[in-house]
Amino acid sequence: MKKEFDFFDHPGNIKRIKRIFYLVLILLLVFEFFIHKHTTFPWESIPGFNALYGFLACVVIVFFSNALGYFLKKKEGYYD
Amino acid sequence: MTSGVPPGLIFLVGSLFIPFFQGHSKKALLLGLPLLGGISLFLIPEGINWGFDFFGHSLVLLRVDALSKAFGYIFVIMAFSGALFSLHVKDNKEHVAAFLYVGSSLGVVFAGDLLSLFIFWEMMAFSSVFLIWARGTQAAQGAGFRYVLVHILGGVFLLVGIVMYQSQTGSMAFDGMSLESWATYFIFFGFILNAAAPPLHAWLPDAYPEATVTGTVFLSAFTTKTAVYVLARSFAGTEILIWIGVMMTLYGIVWAILENDMRRILAYSIINQVGFMITGIGIGTQMALNGTISHAFCHILYKALLLMSAGAVLHMTGKTKCTDLGGLYKTMPLTLMFALVGAASISAFPLFSGFVSKAMVITASTQENMPFVWLMLTLASAGVFLHAGIKFPYFVFFAKDSGIRTQEPPNHMLWAMGLLSFLCIFLGVVPGVLYAILPFPVNFVPYTLDHVLSQLQLLAFSALAFFLLLPHLQRTKTISLDTDWFYRKGAQALVWFLNQPGVRIGNQFGKIFFEEIPRGLFWLSQNPLAAIQIGFEKLVVHVGRWAGSSQVKALEKKVKTEQSLYPGDQVYHWPIGTTVLWVTLFLLGSLLLYYL
Repeated sequence: MKKEFDFFDHPGNIKRIKRIFYLVLILLLVFEFFIHKHTTFPWESIPGFNALYGFLACVVIVFFSNALGYFLKKKEGYYD
Repeated sequence: MTSGVPPGLIFLVGSLFIPFFQGHSKKALLLGLPLLGGISLFLIPEGINWGFDFFGHSLVLLRVDALSKAFGYIFVIMAFSGALFSLHVKDNKEHVAAFLYVGSSLGVVFAGDLLSLFIFWEMMAFSSVFLIWARGTQAAQGAGFRYVLVHILGGVFLLVGIVMYQSQTGSMAFDGMSLESWATYFIFFGFILNAAAPPLHAWLPDAYPEATVTGTVFLSAFTTKTAVYVLARSFAGTEILIWIGVMMTLYGIVWAILENDMRRILAYSIINQVGFMITGIGIGTQMALNGTISHAFCHILYKALLLMSAGAVLHMTGKTKCTDLGGLYKTMPLTLMFALVGAASISAFPLFSGFVSKAMVITASTQENMPFVWLMLTLASAGVFLHAGIKFPYFVFFAKDSGIRTQEPPNHMLWAMGLLSFLCIFLGVVPGVLYAILPFPVNFVPYTLDHVLSQLQLLAFSALAFFLLLPHLQRTKTISLDTDWFYRKGAQALVWFLNQPGVRIGNQFGKIFFEEIPRGLFWLSQNPLAAIQIGFEKLVVHVGRWAGSSQVKALEKKVKTEQSLYPGDQVYHWPIGTTVLWVTLFLLGSLLLYYL
């Protein structure tokens, strides 16, 4: 029998992917100092603003959704 | 009535031939009609054609300009991809419904007057509902009925608006309007209902995920985008649309985050994406409208691609819930790859289609100096990646091994996904092709170092947030209430009310008026004198008992014997004198009445 493709089931591979991912994050922050930015709004000139904003946006969205989900989530047969 | 055939007509007429073909010739017809539509669209010169006089109103079936042509192109491309994806479907009804739906959507896009627009608008609702019902489940049947009822409501508003508009302006022409009279309010209501703007949106996430595997792919493309088209044509620059759009982008995300059904996640993400387009229409500058149209174009491609990959998973596994799925990367790697192209495109990764279109809307908000809109749209961009870009592929293809071992979907499905994947990347790499068909000249360079880096930072750190927050994102076997609660529970409450207190009151009413009162009258008429006597004596008994009289017992006994003997001898001892007295009294009464 052909061996199943199970690359993502190995913790070692996940660890490697994570390391690469963290490296990419750092590089993205470092690159910013080497390019010229066009800014309209004042906050755009803050280094790493988009990174921080993206991260915080997701945190806010997830917690807000979950708080709302506390009231909105119902068992699957709710309408039956 | 010259130059060119309305592309919608090709689909509407062509769909009628589908049942007469079988096997390969049917497949050829299904793919040939969109090709024919595309060629005819390509050859049509700009201008107004196919005008008719209809009871004094001028109908225009083929108004071709850059705006209608851009939507025409994407609708035809979508029809071709959708047809390719659904080649395996045996049920002719589904093919016919899909093509009627495409044809009527094209009819809306090329309609030059409000009356023919309305007719095609209604045809869209009534043809597309069959794509939902074709699933054959009870849930699909219910969702389909709710879908069509909501659209009938929207259609009624639209029609009322059109009639009022015609009587006020004397014109049926479909062009720019401003939101200033009841007529335009009604028309606007009809339009934004189809654009799925909350709270008028619940029909979309309610019905789309219940449709067939291929039906959802078609549905995702046409209804909301025709609404975007008509709003772009008639209400561009209407400020309230900015706020409706911004609200939509956020609303879609929140509900998509809570959702467990993969196709419902993507359905909510339609609301989010259409929000960007509606915001662009509200801003209304050339940059914003170009952004809206190109985003509609790209969105149709990648949303169809995402729903095709979800559809392929459903087709092969029969499951749609994230909690039941997972680990499919092992057996469906190609489907995963296509899903990832769709995910990268919707998340606006550089080199994918969403990047070159969404940025125009956001840039328009910068140019018009709307910091709040910019912040909200950027927040929503991060949220898109969260729910459609990572959540959907992660829970379906990775997360946990659900134990499902399946295989890739049929080849034609892979081809359809491959075609859309190619287009998503092609437009991302060569945006000039897309920009060339936009109605206004494009002064926008998507690929600047600055822009690419900001977007990558936004996305990468959103991904970081996703994986750090994964424990808070675990799927649960739940549904989330939405505004359809009001009519679903409302209808249940109405049915309960009619069944329980309603029927009970009705029964009681019937019993009193049709049984008890007639019975009483009949009883009374048997021997009125005795009856009155019994009644009077009963009253005396009651009063006596209340007063504590000692003679009550004897009287009670007497009443009982009288009741048991009733009606007894029906002796009519009415003395003649009494009768004469009554007659005299009546005569006196009438005399007085007339005299006065």
